[in-house]
Amino acid sequence: MADVLRLHFTVDGEDFTSAGEASAQVKKKLRQMGYDPELIRRVSIAMYEGEINMVIHAGGGEADICIYPDKIEILLSDKGPGIADIALAMRAGYSTAPETVRNLGFGAGMGLPNMKRYSDFMNVESVVGEGTKVTMIINT
Amino acid sequence: MEKYLHSVTIVPDKCHGCTHCLNYCPTEAIRVKDGKAVINPDRCIDCGQCIRVCKNKAKKAVYDGLGEIERFKFKIALPAPTLYGQFDNLDELDYVIQGLYDIGFDYVFEVARAAEIVSEYTRRYLRSADLPKPIISSACPVILRLISLRFPSLAGNVIPLMSPMETAAILSRKEAKKTHPELSDEDIGVCFISPCPAKVSYVKNNPDNRKPLIDCVFSMKEVYFKLIARMKRENEPQFVSRTGVVGLSWATSGGESAAIFNEKYLAADGIENVISVLDQIENNALPNLEFIELNSCPGGCVGGVMTVANPFIAKARLQSLRRYLPISRNFAISDGDEVPSELIIHTPLAERRIGHYNPDERFTLQMLNDIEECNKCLPQIDCGACGAPTCHAFAEDVIRGHAKIDECVILALWAKQDKKE
Ligand SMILES: Nc1ncnc2c1ncn2[C@@H]1O[C@H](COP(=O)(O)OP(=O)(O)OP(=O)(O)O)[C@@H](O)[C@H]1O
Ligand code: SF4
Ligand SMILES: [Mg+2]
Repeated sequence: MADVLRLHFTVDGEDFTSAGEASAQVKKKLRQMGYDPELIRRVSIAMYEGEINMVIHAGGGEADICIYPDKIEILLSDKGPGIADIALAMRAGYSTAPETVRNLGFGAGMGLPNMKRYSDFMNVESVVGEGTKVTMIINT
Repeated sequence: MEKYLHSVTIVPDKCHGCTHCLNYCPTEAIRVKDGKAVINPDRCIDCGQCIRVCKNKAKKAVYDGLGEIERFKFKIALPAPTLYGQFDNLDELDYVIQGLYDIGFDYVFEVARAAEIVSEYTRRYLRSADLPKPIISSACPVILRLISLRFPSLAGNVIPLMSPMETAAILSRKEAKKTHPELSDEDIGVCFISPCPAKVSYVKNNPDNRKPLIDCVFSMKEVYFKLIARMKRENEPQFVSRTGVVGLSWATSGGESAAIFNEKYLAADGIENVISVLDQIENNALPNLEFIELNSCPGGCVGGVMTVANPFIAKARLQSLRRYLPISRNFAISDGDEVPSELIIHTPLAERRIGHYNPDERFTLQMLNDIEECNKCLPQIDCGACGAPTCHAFAEDVIRGHAKIDECVILALWAKQDKKE
């Protein structure tokens, strides 16, 4: 199909230092394609938060981005511990992030709420012990 | 012995001889002599505290003029991470880098980038066996000099790694020669954009008796004013930043330690706090810590006296700038525990220029006794009228022969009153 651009990234959970790099690349791509800066900002923040979550909470995962003519879809899937109570995790301020990443400014419990806020559609599926799948759609 | 050169200097014409700065100098290096402040170069650590507190602007930092850049065919800018915190409403680091190209630099190597590399090597270094714990950061030159002069027993705890500034200098020169093989060493000018006088002094003293790594040190303030005139932020910048959360965090206290990804650290800022922490380490009162980050300036380098913005405002700006950046954009080439030899400082601190201690500054046991005897006769009101910061410091000066006891005005006054009665 010619009218969809697919990007795939493996988000390395071992290398904490490279977390956020996939979103930086997506951002760069969208810029090159001439998208509106405000839209780019929403996409890159939403994806960044999800990507960082996979690294911090799930030991890494996969990121698939589909750019359609009318929307951008972000699919993040990991084989981490899963989220037992999704409604609780979505609450602003709820966080189980360890001290070491808090020192870098993470762990405010604002990631999932921001992902919801910056996307037009968001769905979180999670099975404890199996992993988590987050889908976000942003209309362009 | 060659004197250590200092960036921090007195401007005699502006000095009223008030005693304000005496009380703030952490090493008691300032005296007022014949109505003007003078700084003892053997004691000064270039912390810039006197510049900060002088109401008459009678202390200044000396640095290279921006015109110096013209000496070089190929001009490399090394902006300290703090630079990004100086601008209002900045949303991309790229604009600053583009601005540096626009004001005439041929290549920009972000010191924040080098900081991420240093962070990686610090993590590796901390994994080596048999380290004296805690390990102390080597990034702030004030701390290096303070440790050599006042806490020499801790010299071996300082991490033997090049600072981000030096790392950036080495790597950028190498890259320039690779992309421009026609350039000779003399053609390349490596220019550090500094938040503080301490970095100026560090570079100018050629710390390791080796070929200087950095050719010019510019004041962040001067570069800032040149930049804001050029940074219009209208067009998409061409040159892009290679800095992540870690690199930017080095500008503020706690950033360097957060990047060791381990909780056993302490980060102290402000010279008085630093001294008290070093005292505690020397007394072995902090046995469970692995890493100590010490910044002479309040808040970290954002508090440097050659910056423009208030340190708290700069910190808030940096927080929002780094919010959606990758954690780090400079990965280690290989895993493993190697640190490249060119980034290790092989000379022990005490043998480096920054660590030279003038033997004249030492006291003999006899002198120490005499100082205490002399001090007992003094009024203990630390009025500063003699030109020394405290009565005790005055007693030291008397015993060294740098001052005469009758310079104490209070003693003289008492003597006069006694005579009357
Ligand atoms: N992919 C995931 N796998 C497992 N748990 C997750 C995942 N994503 C989020 N969580 C859980 O949901 C909580 C809330 O996530 P959220 O992103 O809102 O906050 P945070 O990551 O803790 O902090 P912040 O995002 O503000 O830095 C996390 O602390 C974690 O317990
Ligand atoms: S804290 Fe930073 S700005 Fe201040 S003296 Fe040390 S290196 Fe310079
Ligand atoms: Mg999160």
